[in-house]
Amino acid sequence: MLDQFFNLAIMAKALPLVLTGLGMTLLICAVVIPLGALGGLLAALGSVSESRALRWLTIGFIDFFRAVPPLVLLIFIYAGLPFAGISMSPFMAVTIGFFLNNSAYFAEIFRAGLLSVPKGQVEAARSTGLGQRDTLIWVTLPQATRNVLPDLLSNVVEVVKLTSLASVVSLGEMLHAAGMVRSITYNASPLVLAAGIYLLLLWPVIRLIGRFERRLAS
Amino acid sequence: MSKAIIRLAVPDMILSPAPQGSAATATFRVEALHKSFGADPVLKGINLSVQRSEMVFVLGPSGSGKSTMLRCCNRLEEPDAGEIFIQGDRLTGPGVDLNKMRQRIGIVFQSFNLYPHLSALGNVTLALRKVQKMPREKARVAGLEALDRVGLSDRARHYPSQLSGGQQQRVAIARALALNPTVMLFDEPTSALDPELVGDVLDVMRDMKRQGMTMVVVSHEMKFARDAADRVIFMDDGLIVEEGPPEQIFGDPQHNRTRAFLSRFHE
Amino acid sequence: MERFIDTFFNAAVLARYAPAILEGALVTVLLSLLIVMAGTVLGSGLACLRAYRIKPVSILIVVFADMLRALPPLVLILLAFFGLPNVGIVLSSFMVLFVVLTLVLAAFAEEIVWAGITATPKGQWEAARSTGLSFTRALIFVVLPQAVRMVIPPLTNRAIAITKMTALGMVIGVPDILGQATTAQSFSANASPLTLAAIAYVILFLPFVIASRWLEARFAPPAA
Ligand SMILES: Nc1ncnc2c1ncn2[C@@H]1O[C@H](COP(=O)(O)OP(=O)(O)O)[C@@H](O)[C@H]1O
Ligand SMILES: [Mg+2]
Repeated sequence: MLDQFFNLAIMAKALPLVLTGLGMTLLICAVVIPLGALGGLLAALGSVSESRALRWLTIGFIDFFRAVPPLVLLIFIYAGLPFAGISMSPFMAVTIGFFLNNSAYFAEIFRAGLLSVPKGQVEAARSTGLGQRDTLIWVTLPQATRNVLPDLLSNVVEVVKLTSLASVVSLGEMLHAAGMVRSITYNASPLVLAAGIYLLLLWPVIRLIGRFERRLAS
Repeated sequence: MSKAIIRLAVPDMILSPAPQGSAATATFRVEALHKSFGADPVLKGINLSVQRSEMVFVLGPSGSGKSTMLRCCNRLEEPDAGEIFIQGDRLTGPGVDLNKMRQRIGIVFQSFNLYPHLSALGNVTLALRKVQKMPREKARVAGLEALDRVGLSDRARHYPSQLSGGQQQRVAIARALALNPTVMLFDEPTSALDPELVGDVLDVMRDMKRQGMTMVVVSHEMKFARDAADRVIFMDDGLIVEEGPPEQIFGDPQHNRTRAFLSRFHE
Repeated sequence: MERFIDTFFNAAVLARYAPAILEGALVTVLLSLLIVMAGTVLGSGLACLRAYRIKPVSILIVVFADMLRALPPLVLILLAFFGLPNVGIVLSSFMVLFVVLTLVLAAFAEEIVWAGITATPKGQWEAARSTGLSFTRALIFVVLPQAVRMVIPPLTNRAIAITKMTALGMVIGVPDILGQATTAQSFSANASPLTLAAIAYVILFLPFVIASRWLEARFAPPAA
C-alpha cells in the first residue's frame, strides 16, 4: 500500500517533471483567471443592463457555457475545430476553452454581486452628480465585489482544479506530468505527489474562504 | 366632503393657494409635475415655488406621492411631464447636464444610503473628487468642513457600520452639503431613527436653516414643522391640497383631508 | 459555409453515430442521478453529524470535505482508476467515476448544508429545545426545514457542476456522451459527433441551469 501510493523514491524521481508541470499549471491560471474575471464582469454588466436584447444575449451566453462541460468544450476546440481547418496549440485551445467556461461562472458571481447592491446606493451616488460610469466604478462594483468575495475566491480554486483537464489535450501541466511518470513506473505515487501539491496550493485558500464567509455572515 | 372633491377636479393653478413670494424670484420651482407608475397616476400636477432660504415642509398621508415628488425634483425618477427650475436654470428637457445640475440639489434619504465601503470622509468626498475633480487634499479639507457642520468631524475615519443611525444620517447630510447645493431635499430624514437620536438630526437641520439654506422637508415631525417651517404644504393623492404658514395649517386647516390627517397626530 | 456544415453537421455522420451518443446519454443520465442522490444524502448526513459537535468526528468531516474540495476530480479519478488495482481493488471505470464524483459532491453538500444549519438563528434551537424536543428532533423538525431554503440554490448549482464532470469519464473509458463521441469522432474523422455531444449536454443540462437561476431568484433574500 505504502509502496504503491507513497513510494518516496519514485516521488523524488517524478518531482522535477511534476514541478515543471506545476509551472505550466500556474501559467494557465495566470492567463485564464484575469481573462475569465474580466469577461465575466463584462457579461455580468450586460446581464443587468437596461437593454433587454443585451440581457438575453448575455444570460444566454452564461447559461450555455454553464451547461456544457468544460472538457467537452476543450475537446471540441482542440479536436473538432482542426477538421474545419482551425488548428491551434494545446495552450491556445485550453486558454479559449477555459476562458469561455470561466467567464460564464465569473459572470454569474458578479451578477449576483451587482444585484446584491441596494438600489438606494445608486440613487445616492447619482443624486450627488456621479455619472453612470463613476457610480459603477466607485459605488456599485466595490460593494458587489465585496459581497461575493468568497464566491469569487471559490471560483479561483475551481479554475486551478480545472487546469488539470488540460492534461487530456497533452498540455504538460502538473497532472499530465504526474500521469506520464505513473505510466512509466506503473506506480500511483506521482499522482499522489501531484495531489499533495494541489492540496498545498488550495487548502489554505479554502480555509481562507471559510473565514471570509463567516465574517460576511455575521 | 363633496366640496373637496369638486375642488380637486379643477385645474391645479386655481386649486393651489397663491404661493408666498412670486414664482419669478423662486430659487427652486416645480411646474405642473406629472408622474405615473404604469397606469397609476402618482403625481397629478404639482406646482411648487421655494424662495431663497425658505424651509418648506411637506405633509401628507403615506402613498400620497411625497417621495416621488422629491425624487422627481432631481430626476432620480423621470417625470412624465412638467418643468423644474433651479435659480432660473431648467433641469428638465433635453441637453441638460444632469450630473452638474444634481450637485445643486442635495437630497437626504430616509434610509441614509451611506456607502458602506467608504469611511464617513470617503462618503462625503467621493463626489467632490470624482465629479468636481477636486485634488485629494482639497477634498479632504472640504469634507472635514462639511462633517464639522453636522458635528461629526471627529468621526471622519469611521465607517457607516461603526456609527449610530443618527450619526449616519448626519454624515448623509454632510455628503450633500459638501457640494454646496442651492437647495436641500429631505425625505423623512428621521423616520428610520430611534426616538432619542431624532433630536440631533433636527438640530443640524435647524442650524442649516439659520445659515440660510433653502430646504424642502418631507417629515412627520409636527413639532419641528411648527417651530421651524416657513410654509407647510399638505399633499394628498398626488396633489397639493393646501398650503400656508404653519400657524394656519396646524391651527385652522381649510380642508377636510388636512383636518383628518392632522387629527391623527393630536390624539 | 458548406465546409462548416460538412464538418460539424454532417448528416450521414450524425445519423450513423446518433444511436451511440444516445446510449452515452443514458449512461450520463444514470450516472448523474446516482451521483446526485448519493452525494446529497451523504453530504447532508455528514453535516447533521457535524451538528452534534463531537470534536474528533467534526475534525474528520472537515478534513474530508476540505480535501475533496481542494483536489481536482480528475486527479482523484486517475488515482482511483490506476492506483487501486495495484492494491487489489479493481473497480469498473463506471464505479470509479460514480464513487469519486459522489464523494466530491458529498464534500460540497456537507459544507453547504452545514452553512445552512449554522445560519439558522440560535433562538430557533432554543425555542425547540424549550418545548422539550430532543437535539435530534430539533435538528430534523425545526432547523433543517429552515436551512433547506438557503441550501437549495447553491446545492443545485454545485450538483450541476459536478454531474457535468461525468464527462471526465471519457479519460478512463466510460462510455458516456463524451466517451462515445470521441470514439465516433476518431472513427469518422469528422467533428459532427462532438457537435452532437455538445448538443446532448446542452439539452440535458440547460433546463437545470435555467431552473437554478429561477430557484436563486425565488429563494434569494431580496436586496434591501
Ligand atoms: N418605483 C415605483 N413603482 C411603482 N409604484 C411606485 C414606485 N414608487 C412609488 N410608487 C407608488 O407611488 C405612490 C406614491 O408613493 P410615494 O411617493 O413613495 O408616497 P409617499 O412618500 O407620500 O408615501 C404609492 O402608491 C407607491 O406605491
Ligand atoms: Mg415616502
